[in-house]
Amino acid sequence: MLRLDKLTKVYKTGDKALNAVDLEVPKGQVLALIGPSGAGKSTLIRCINRLVEPTSGTVQLGDVELTGLGLGGLRKERRRMGMIFQEYALVERLTVMENVLSGRLGYVGFWRSFLRKFPQSDVDEAFRLLDRVGLVEMADKRADELSGGQRQRVGICRALIQNPSVLLVDEPTASLDPKTSRQIMRLIVELCEERKLAAIVNIHDVALAQMFVSRIVGLKLGTMVFDGAPADLTEEVLTRIYGDEDWSETIQKVDDDDEVDAA
Amino acid sequence: MAISTLDGQKIWQRRDRDVQLKIWAMWLVGTAIFMWCWQQISEATTWAFFWDAPRIAADIGGRAMPPRWSYMDKLWSPLWDTLNIATLGTVMALMMAVPVAFMAARNTTPSALFVRPIALLIIVSSRSINSLIWALLLVKILGPGVFAGLIAISIRSIGFCAKLLYEAIEEIDESQVEAITATGASRWQVMAYGIVPQIMPAFAGIAVFRWDINLRESTVLGLVGAGGIGLQLQGSLNTLAWPQVSLILLVILLAVVVSEWVSAKVRGAII
Amino acid sequence: MSAALDARLGQPWKKPPLISSPALRWTLLVGSVIYLILAMNSIDVNWSRVYRGLDRGWQFVVAFANPDFTSRAAEIKDGMIESAVMALTSTVVGIAISIPIGLGAARNISILPVYLVCRSIVAVSRALNEIVVAILLVAIFGFGPLAGFLTLSFATIGFLSKLLAEEIEDMDKVQAEAVRATGASWLQRYVFGIHPQVVPRLIGLSIYRLDINFRESAVLGIVGAGGIGATLNTAFDRYEFDTAAAILLVIIAVVMVLEYLSGIIRARVQ
Repeated sequence: MLRLDKLTKVYKTGDKALNAVDLEVPKGQVLALIGPSGAGKSTLIRCINRLVEPTSGTVQLGDVELTGLGLGGLRKERRRMGMIFQEYALVERLTVMENVLSGRLGYVGFWRSFLRKFPQSDVDEAFRLLDRVGLVEMADKRADELSGGQRQRVGICRALIQNPSVLLVDEPTASLDPKTSRQIMRLIVELCEERKLAAIVNIHDVALAQMFVSRIVGLKLGTMVFDGAPADLTEEVLTRIYGDEDWSETIQKVDDDDEVDAA
Repeated sequence: MAISTLDGQKIWQRRDRDVQLKIWAMWLVGTAIFMWCWQQISEATTWAFFWDAPRIAADIGGRAMPPRWSYMDKLWSPLWDTLNIATLGTVMALMMAVPVAFMAARNTTPSALFVRPIALLIIVSSRSINSLIWALLLVKILGPGVFAGLIAISIRSIGFCAKLLYEAIEEIDESQVEAITATGASRWQVMAYGIVPQIMPAFAGIAVFRWDINLRESTVLGLVGAGGIGLQLQGSLNTLAWPQVSLILLVILLAVVVSEWVSAKVRGAII
Repeated sequence: MSAALDARLGQPWKKPPLISSPALRWTLLVGSVIYLILAMNSIDVNWSRVYRGLDRGWQFVVAFANPDFTSRAAEIKDGMIESAVMALTSTVVGIAISIPIGLGAARNISILPVYLVCRSIVAVSRALNEIVVAILLVAIFGFGPLAGFLTLSFATIGFLSKLLAEEIEDMDKVQAEAVRATGASWLQRYVFGIHPQVVPRLIGLSIYRLDINFRESAVLGIVGAGGIGATLNTAFDRYEFDTAAAILLVIIAVVMVLEYLSGIIRARVQ
């Protein structure tokens, strides 16, 4: 589905953020990307949809090579990659509905989008998604009136309405409290399952990653140092990724206590 | 801060001696420059007039009171022109300032090497020349009248509005722009969804702020023949019709107070 | 599927309007359209005059390309010096007077009667346009830079006192109170508690005002209050566009230099 081949990014400052990363994500797999801050997790995700231009290497989505595309072609392919952000990155002064519909911008002409005249099918789909995440009543509220968890749900709707085949998720829980974090993670994983989406989830919370995903990739200073199942994530591996620390608490299985109020 | 030793005793001073001396020297030079400047003014002044000033002021004051209220009939139309110059001038300026601002802002400029300097040049030249001078020039080119005043006001306002607006554009939250870009939106869509909503409050604030300034400025444009109530002021001054002058000044003062009140209200409603 | 969703599906969606009351919304919309039409109609443009003027406009553009600094060099020099002198003296005097008025106009350190007097001085100074003040002062004191100097000083007082007062009103109260707690007198309280907090900002504002005063001094000459404006006005009256362009370029250059310097100085004191 998604294949990275020797993906490398060197910033203008000379910092090597990614060092020949090879990665293949099959359809329907949710993959967690862990690593200390500065390991290049954000850069990796942004190199895939070329918000950050990779220095060398290739990215293939299906049978399209993204790295060779021109601006127009890139925009077309970006529609197939939904992105969810750390600080939600909703346009705060627009309504929830406008934020969700902005996921359709790649499909709609400029004037239609400018006048907010989206096709009825898009509007219906937006409401269905909002209903799925329990925010249908909030549709006409302004995004900055929502709580953190609600905002992230709108962010998820915005990514899904693109009808993507891959989700790129950048620290979805970094600005949320522990309980909301879990609800949001669960929601993302469930939605990926429902829609058979591949997903790369950047996450710094190792326990949360182990709880929800089937495959974990560890990144350190731009290089892949681990790729395996959550169960294989031993203390020794964590030390390799993050450095020396007492990891016994981190790996401990967390009790799943909030099944009921899951989103 | 420094500590020096005098007769074996430590003395605390705020600054050490060299710095203190430098500060004194600066004051001395400053005072000398000021005295020289003052002398220049003094030489160009007929001091007899100065000492006579209270009498003249009282004389003018006496003649100007009471204002000639009946003259008000002739002021409505120029007042309407003044309002139009300020409002339409602001609207026109904003229409031109928006593209200039987008070209001048580092994060939206099409080319930082070629387009941005041009935009900045437009902003600087429009800002450093007073609207009265623009009016002076435009009256020569376009002929006297409201039109020259309107253009003068809008040219003067472009730089002001564009400067504030491009600063607002440079301060936007880039992650919102990134999110819209990631959906596959085109350049213009990114602008309409990612940038414009973020700068709307700044835009509205700038518009009202500049309108307030423009109303003040358009009251005097008539002095150089560019329409508005200043024209009546100039006429009355030339014929030494002091009761009319006092009425006009009163009207201008009132207009300024009202505009300040309106802009404060509108700004309060927006922000 | 929830009931709320059922109600929404298949329904067209519209962005909720900015002003929720339809009556108010339409009144404002229709009102502003009518106003714009009326306003635009009231501006009658004599297109044939504009067309004839375009030639002159082009002359002016050409003049900008090769400005004439030399033939009226003496007048330009004198005018610029006079403008600079007026700007400098008025800023200095303006600051000197603004400080006591600014202190008096700050609600947190002033007593009510003083506050009211100072605030009304500020209000009057800000409401009167510089040009209007200059006209009156020229009538009273005669032509020349003295009237310009007084005008600019007056304007500076309104500008600086207001900002100074606001600065004092929202400065850090704890610092001032700490000094008061030592039993300091009013003057000492000012020197040690308020002065250090306000001075950097005051320097920045003063330089900004010097910049403004210079720009303004360039127009006061039009009404006879001295400075480069008189030279400029004469140049325009004689249709000497090349000299006028030269003067404008000098003004722009000085303004840019001042803005640059003020940026540096403000960065250093703050």
